[in-house]
Amino acid sequence: MNKIFEKGGKLYWLHSSVDAFETFLHVPGTVTLKGSHVRDAIDLKRLLILVVFAAAPAALFGMWNVGYQHGLAMGQTGVHILEYFWFGFLRVLPLYIVSYAVGLAIEFASSQIRGEEVSEGYLVSGFFIPLIVPVDIPLWMLAVAVAFAVIFGKEVFGGTGMNIWNPALLTRAFLFFSYPNYMSGSECWIAFKKGETAVADAFTGATPLALDGPAQYGTGFWDLFIGTVPGSVGETSVIAILLGACLLLWTGIASWKIMCGSIAGALLVGWIGNVAGVTEIPFYMQLLYGGFAFGTVFMATDPVTSCQTECGKWIYGLLIGMLCITVRLFNPGYAEGMMLAILLLNTFAPLIDHCVTSVHINRRAKKLNVA
Amino acid sequence: MSETIVLKRGLDIPVNGCASLLVSKSMNPAVVAVEPGCIKGLLPRLLVKEGDRVLCGSPVIADKKNPDILLTAPASGTVKAVVRGEKRKLLAVLIETDDKQEYVDFGAKDPSGLSAGEIKAEILRSGLWPVLVQRPYGILADPEAAPKGIFVSAFNTAPLAADTEFTLGSELPAIQKGIDALARIAPVHVSLNGALASSVFAKLGGCTLHSFKGRHPAGNVGVQISHISPIRKGETVWTVSLHALAAIGKLFAAGRFDLRRKVAVTGPAAIEPSYVETLPGTPMKDFAAFYGSLADEIRFISGDLLSGACVGHDGYLGLFDDQVTLIREGVDKELLGWIRPFRFNQFSNDRSYFSWLLPRHKWDMDTNLHGGPRPFLMNENYYTKVLPMDIYPVFLAKACLAGDIEKMEKFGIYEVLPEDLALCEFVDPSKNYIQDIIARGIDLMLKEMA
Repeated sequence: MNKIFEKGGKLYWLHSSVDAFETFLHVPGTVTLKGSHVRDAIDLKRLLILVVFAAAPAALFGMWNVGYQHGLAMGQTGVHILEYFWFGFLRVLPLYIVSYAVGLAIEFASSQIRGEEVSEGYLVSGFFIPLIVPVDIPLWMLAVAVAFAVIFGKEVFGGTGMNIWNPALLTRAFLFFSYPNYMSGSECWIAFKKGETAVADAFTGATPLALDGPAQYGTGFWDLFIGTVPGSVGETSVIAILLGACLLLWTGIASWKIMCGSIAGALLVGWIGNVAGVTEIPFYMQLLYGGFAFGTVFMATDPVTSCQTECGKWIYGLLIGMLCITVRLFNPGYAEGMMLAILLLNTFAPLIDHCVTSVHINRRAKKLNVA
Repeated sequence: MSETIVLKRGLDIPVNGCASLLVSKSMNPAVVAVEPGCIKGLLPRLLVKEGDRVLCGSPVIADKKNPDILLTAPASGTVKAVVRGEKRKLLAVLIETDDKQEYVDFGAKDPSGLSAGEIKAEILRSGLWPVLVQRPYGILADPEAAPKGIFVSAFNTAPLAADTEFTLGSELPAIQKGIDALARIAPVHVSLNGALASSVFAKLGGCTLHSFKGRHPAGNVGVQISHISPIRKGETVWTVSLHALAAIGKLFAAGRFDLRRKVAVTGPAAIEPSYVETLPGTPMKDFAAFYGSLADEIRFISGDLLSGACVGHDGYLGLFDDQVTLIREGVDKELLGWIRPFRFNQFSNDRSYFSWLLPRHKWDMDTNLHGGPRPFLMNENYYTKVLPMDIYPVFLAKACLAGDIEKMEKFGIYEVLPEDLALCEFVDPSKNYIQDIIARGIDLMLKEMA
């Protein structure tokens, strides 16, 4: 790196940023200093860009769906698929610009203050945030929420790898509690141009979860599975999310134990709800509604905020699934429980780990005593 | 004899430069070095001065705490120089060898007629004591300690490591003698590679034989101990390398301090890697035939790629090592390396690269870090895939970073040395120096427990 950016140089206050761009362009010529003389070619940039690739199908489908839902609401027919996509792309692009601009600015500044290299963590968070918010959210609200999540959810704990809560979900939670009017109701999930309102009479804009009882059957299995329903940008299409899940599981970045645990927990509570007569929604449909699939695949499996131990991952996943469906079934005021289920379990993940490692320590102590 | 212990977790790093099984050269270095720095826990006191004549086995350095513990000259000649570093720290004693190789005669003795105390006194007197390593912490063995066992690994799984069957298969009688001697002090456990019938060391008697099968670090004695008889708080065990065991055997068989050994010269930068016969303390410059004119571009490692010491072109072969690794310094930048879908010239154990498509390929690795240091991000199982021990490596490393003695104890600091977690460091995408973290944790334990 140029001398003026080194310690003592005139532009030292920019060194983290310069370093970030430099290492973005190429793998630096840094050599190992001690310990293992050779290192695996893997680094966090590679791992995290794969998570972005994994979420790309959901994002691309989501952009198309934004256009499609707008078309439905406006009663348009015969619109080309690319037109839908272009409409959605133009609506989602500002969300991305705001998400990355605000988040990365804070990330760069705090790395600079700490005197560390800029971590790649926000690459993923910044990609997820536009996918889990309503497409019509005012941009200033998004900016405030991102700033809150990055500063108070991440940087105050010491940056990437140190955070307790998933920053992307924290953004959504902040929006949900601060600006509830924009985050619920029947029309917030559809993109409208200024002055537009829904014209199609038969159109039900609300997400199935916001409707009561049998009205939820208004959206069929395949609509939900493919994702041609209103909702946050990236979370409607289960099949696109499954594509991403395959990549994450194959590379081992996400834990299959968390995913399986979450699905098992959701099915269990959904089934209890069926048997007890609380709901008429078939239990397997719970997996397709709302943000369950996206949360299970991309949010719950975040290695930083999930449990660290293998046994803990089962418990963590199971509780997320159970809690999510419990909120859906028993809380009339708030229809979707995935976000809060994950954030709550993020909070309890260290406790679960503590219990699992305590058992491990006791078992080791016993084994050593008989050895 | 127990059953074969199969270790499923581990990784053999597919790196180029394995030594072919032939001794290409028998070296008689003009200068050898005695370096006290490679023995953890030794406070060196100099016993010679420049110009003194020494024989092979003459005391050169003693331990300040226990003057019975000696380091002796590996070759006969005259003391050429005493190398000191900052604050006059003793770094090395250089001995200019003569070509006579005269030995101090310690007298051949039959270990079966000696008591444990007499065996210890004999080993101390010869200067072979420092080859005994005491666990926990991997320090110089305490002659007063009563170890619950002495553990020897008869094979090495580290990258490009010397093939012990080739280097020591012909020295069975000496190894047997060494076992007979050490067995008077404590029960000896020898771990063999794979099925018993296939190992030349299966003929050894007077010890308990164990059989291990698996990828690296299955050959690490620490991993083996954790499966044979894990170390409890308050217990000590000793470990000794197989070639040092042969040296102890030769002491009792011939009354000589003889550390001559076959050394594997390996590594992707080595020209025609093969074995040489030489002494510990041999200067790296004497291996010139293996690196030609590349001295400025390569790293000289005494030991293996994962835990060996970077000694530099002016360095010397370590007391414990039977391997020299030569590897290119990876100072080149790679444009957009991390985002390229294929990087067939780089090895990764992670599925996000495509090394798994080439299971038999050997890579020309270099010392590039392939990234920048970050906090721990991946979970335990990312690391335990290469650690066949009942230990949570990230929790242990974090306990060491926090300096939390109680947690370090609970997470198993007694059972590990940095080398056992070397592969965790290799695969770490956050590029932490895990071995260094563990080593500093061990130093803290030593300080607090003293």
